[in-house]
Amino acid sequence: MMNEPLHEKTIRQLSKGLADKEFSSVELTRHFLERIERYDDQLNSVITLTPEPALEQAEEADRQIAAGDAGQLTGIPILHKDIFCTRGVKTSCGSRMLDNFISPYDATVVERLKQAGVVMLGKTNMDEFAMGSSNETSWYGPVRNPWDTDTVPGGSSGGSAAAVAARLCVAATGTDTGGSIRQPAALCGISGLKPTYGRVSRYGMIAFASSLDQAGPMTRSAEDAAVMLSAMAGFDRRDSTSMDHPVDDYVGGLEQSLVGLKVGVVKEFMDERLDAGMAGSMQAAIEQLKQLGAEIVEVSLPNSHLSVPVYYVVAPAECSSNLSRFDGVRFGHRCDNPTGLEDLYKRSRSEGFGAEVKRRIMIGTYALSAGYYDAYYLQAQKVRHLISDDFRSAFEKVDLLLGPSSPDTAFKLGEKSDDPINMYLSDIYTIAVNLAGLPAISIPAAPVNDMPAGLQLIGNYFEERRLLNAAHQIQQVTDWHRAAPGQFE
Amino acid sequence: MALDSKEVEKIAHLARLAVTEEEVETLKGELSGILDLVERISAQDTSEVLPMAHPLHMNQRLRADEVTEENRREDFQSVAPLTEDGLYLVPKVIE
Repeated sequence: MMNEPLHEKTIRQLSKGLADKEFSSVELTRHFLERIERYDDQLNSVITLTPEPALEQAEEADRQIAAGDAGQLTGIPILHKDIFCTRGVKTSCGSRMLDNFISPYDATVVERLKQAGVVMLGKTNMDEFAMGSSNETSWYGPVRNPWDTDTVPGGSSGGSAAAVAARLCVAATGTDTGGSIRQPAALCGISGLKPTYGRVSRYGMIAFASSLDQAGPMTRSAEDAAVMLSAMAGFDRRDSTSMDHPVDDYVGGLEQSLVGLKVGVVKEFMDERLDAGMAGSMQAAIEQLKQLGAEIVEVSLPNSHLSVPVYYVVAPAECSSNLSRFDGVRFGHRCDNPTGLEDLYKRSRSEGFGAEVKRRIMIGTYALSAGYYDAYYLQAQKVRHLISDDFRSAFEKVDLLLGPSSPDTAFKLGEKSDDPINMYLSDIYTIAVNLAGLPAISIPAAPVNDMPAGLQLIGNYFEERRLLNAAHQIQQVTDWHRAAPGQFE
Repeated sequence: MALDSKEVEKIAHLARLAVTEEEVETLKGELSGILDLVERISAQDTSEVLPMAHPLHMNQRLRADEVTEENRREDFQSVAPLTEDGLYLVPKVIE
């Protein structure tokens, strides 16, 4: 334990090491900057590295620690997904559209973590405007999965997931609109939490689908996720959908016993269509929960098969509206020599956006256009209600729901990139949660063919504490989350 | 739901996207495929269901009509492609 490298330690261990003067935040920050320099050529997980401000923040953290004025996150090096606005630092959202954008302000998530004392090492790669499930739609090129660099890390928070898995940072931030935290967490073998809609402020988080987007932590354990969420969560008057709801003591709830906890296995997520290896991995996790004293029952979400179709109306509709702000006038990419205003709009947008973003803008534009609104958007919002009601009924019977986070382990680069619909189906088990606005966590389960697999636990509204508790208890009796990709020792 | 070239061009125009003839051809297939996927929702009977506007059925919060932000026009315009005297410049719209 004494000789364990710094990048293997948990936030709690690092915090203690900093307090005990075993190492300084500057040393810790240099350690991770060096790892990024050494390994990220193989992964492409970082878009912008910010070594100078990082070292300044580390020095400040060391002063705070010396003054006895430190919290759990003081001096801890993290990476932010490049969807979060960071004042004075390029914020690209993985798009050519924002390749020249230096944000004039900080997102609330960035501000809160800064106040908690973290050191920002830089910004992570992501699918363009968070639209993708493989990180192949980024303007900055695909991210590679540290477990097998011929495979994808998942998406859209693929850079954050790969960086945490390769231990290039202690923790990272992510965002999840249809599975963008949980699916890459599953494919890279880390823990990723999508909180309740409204739990974490969306202010300064570049909007994709505003009724679904939510930020959360991506870490190597549920315990670290609890520490991160404690700093990220809370009411923000600058986000009109932020919930004014007390923030629970997530760390304090971790050690609670699971005896008597009722866990519902989602029938539709575990039927005969699920890959046998993945089903076996889920079964092993269910066994662990039973041994921890949880009661396992089967529950049904009868409308869950409609989640993907509903999502591909609601999300593109909101995206087409949100992305109308990119017009080549106030910020972002502008085409050369526009002949008129319409030419300026059209060419700036066509040059600035990639293929997947354009597809979604067009689907959304169509679904909202005159004559089609009722058949698409209104009908989708009604079916969304049915999907949400399924969860409501389920949570009358159980405390948590369980299923896989993703149908498969990491797939090969290029395998699905020419087939949008096949790619969309990567999120069949995660999307319903966003439509209902519920919290859910993906944690490593038993590997399938030596690749990471993700167990998804879904909680009722504002039940993040219980989710983190259950995930932590599983991680106390298993070592699935301790496995690390060998190449990045 | 199969879209034809004219429909794809119309959607592109509404979305203010320039598309080449070649792109229209590709988009026709791709967009029609996505519409086929979402078509599955139309069979669902929703005559008794209200549309879901917010996951927690919350109403939009209102704030007092007070100035809360400081004026940072120079900062915000520093990221604009083209400005002059505090104004955003675009090609001439009115002759």
